[in-house]
Amino acid sequence: MGEDAVTAQAIIQSLASGLLMGLLYGLIAVGLALIFGLMDVVNFAHGEFLMIAMYATFFLFAFFAIDPLLSAPLVAAALFIFGAVVYLLIVRFAMRAKANAGMVQIFSTFGLAIVMRGLAQFFFTPDYRSIPQSWLGGKTVSVAGIFLPEPQLIGALVSIAAFAGLYFFINRTDFGRALEATREDPGAVALVGIDKNRVFALGWGLGAALVGLAGAIMAVFFYIYPDVGASFALIAYVTVALGGFGSVFGAFAGGIVVGLVEAVTALVLPPSLKSVGIYAVYLLVVFIRPRGLFGSM
Amino acid sequence: MDKNFAARRRRDLIIAAVLAVMAALAPLFVKDVYVQNILILTLMYAALSQSWNILSGYCGQISLGHALYFGIGAYTTELLFTKFGVLPWFGMISGGVIAALIAMVLGYPFFRLRGHYFVIATIVIAEIGLLLFQNWDWAGAALGITIPVRGDSWLKFQFLRSKLPYFYFALALCCLAWFVTWWLEDSKWGFWWRAVKDNPDAAESLGVVVFNSKMGAAAVSAFLVAIGGAFYAQYLAYIDPESVMGFQFSLLMALPAVLGGIGTLWGAVLGAAILIPMTELTRSYIGGSGRGVDLIVYGTLIVLISLALPQGLVSLFSRAKAKGATR
Repeated sequence: MGEDAVTAQAIIQSLASGLLMGLLYGLIAVGLALIFGLMDVVNFAHGEFLMIAMYATFFLFAFFAIDPLLSAPLVAAALFIFGAVVYLLIVRFAMRAKANAGMVQIFSTFGLAIVMRGLAQFFFTPDYRSIPQSWLGGKTVSVAGIFLPEPQLIGALVSIAAFAGLYFFINRTDFGRALEATREDPGAVALVGIDKNRVFALGWGLGAALVGLAGAIMAVFFYIYPDVGASFALIAYVTVALGGFGSVFGAFAGGIVVGLVEAVTALVLPPSLKSVGIYAVYLLVVFIRPRGLFGSM
Repeated sequence: MDKNFAARRRRDLIIAAVLAVMAALAPLFVKDVYVQNILILTLMYAALSQSWNILSGYCGQISLGHALYFGIGAYTTELLFTKFGVLPWFGMISGGVIAALIAMVLGYPFFRLRGHYFVIATIVIAEIGLLLFQNWDWAGAALGITIPVRGDSWLKFQFLRSKLPYFYFALALCCLAWFVTWWLEDSKWGFWWRAVKDNPDAAESLGVVVFNSKMGAAAVSAFLVAIGGAFYAQYLAYIDPESVMGFQFSLLMALPAVLGGIGTLWGAVLGAAILIPMTELTRSYIGGSGRGVDLIVYGTLIVLISLALPQGLVSLFSRAKAKGATR
């Protein structure tokens, strides 16, 4: 065992953690990609969706002692309703804007993000919270000398399962087909009797439910505070842009790329600069391929 | 039409002059330091938002990363001052020039990006700047720079006893930003920007030099914002990366223009005059016990304005006038 072996193991270790984190980034981002692909709208409150999912998980644990693993489906269901309501109350009207349409789309969801952060500070205080004990928290699995934290491992598995489910859902169900059809040609869909608003509302619900699922898992091993969404949202935008805006499976690949890049950056640069690598990759990719890695031109 | 346009421009100029004189006289009546501080911040954000509006409103390239230029203005001034003893006035101009150059260097690749890709690229580049400054030991890293006290002097642009010099500088900056916008509105660039914003492809085919006109807008916008950053640093006498380059500045520069009317001459001033006092008042009256109330108030305002009045509050005035004209 020389020093080389140690560094090699350290590299494999961080790549493995990067991969797990990347799968989670994919799950955080996929809802954003889904909504964008469906209706060309970027939800600038996406990070705050994640934030309320984390709080919901925390309070279910604190008041009812429900483990995050069990509350994940409940949180996802609650976020589904929340997403659909946001569409019906805000986004639906934002899409009707005739003047300054781009600005309206950005700032209506941005405004929502600010309100949500304010409400979280008001009701939950700016204190950092965490779930001290859960079935997964703090446990690690060791495979061939490489330590994998259980929350991230289960999170990665949930992410893969969610993407598989989404694939099945989009390709095999009526709603999935309606979703695809609406994204291809919203005008024609109306002619065959599909209510565009209903599909959009369900799309927002589904997108929010997916980020809700991610939030429930993140709550196990990450601090929960009103601004927690901001940094993850930026990573989610990068992930979605890398994958090509709107491509659901591009988000999966984009997430893995982001996770690995972050891990490699942390090996080379001081840990406080680990996000610089992700941001640099974003800039590099959009300059070379202005539509993202997997986006159609 | 041309005649109306010229008449409107002349009227705008007169209104601006009257408002500027009224603002200049305000300190005669406002002696309270707390209120003076609100006035200074309002003027500063009006100036910043007016500058932001040149690139994001007139030219239609929505930037959410202007905190980068604000921070560069602040840091250039204070690094030159504390490390080399260079006067803040010189640092201020240097900061402006550096910010304008960076805006053009970034613009070269950025302006090929459309829509959301552009917006996110601006957020990302400002975040990179923030992280780099937080880790740059020579520039004080996350701890920042405390500006040494050298006593009241215009030469060193530092005043301990009175806020009035800062007030007049902020007023001058606000007037400058407004006047630059007013002047550009009727220039070749002004017409190009409107064409670029409405339809870049059509503008291109009509011979508008799309790329150069975006670069021009970016440089002017960044220069003015950096001057604002230098001012803010001197005013607070302390800077750190988060407090001059944080994302909240990108947002606070955009919001007044968005509320007042994006891409309009008066939007930024009107928006700042409503938003900044309101934010400061809610913060200090409700503050402490109910943190976050300021966020709730202005977040709600943004949602409502962008949905109900996408052309901002100034559109209320033009609507009222249109009504009056038909009567």
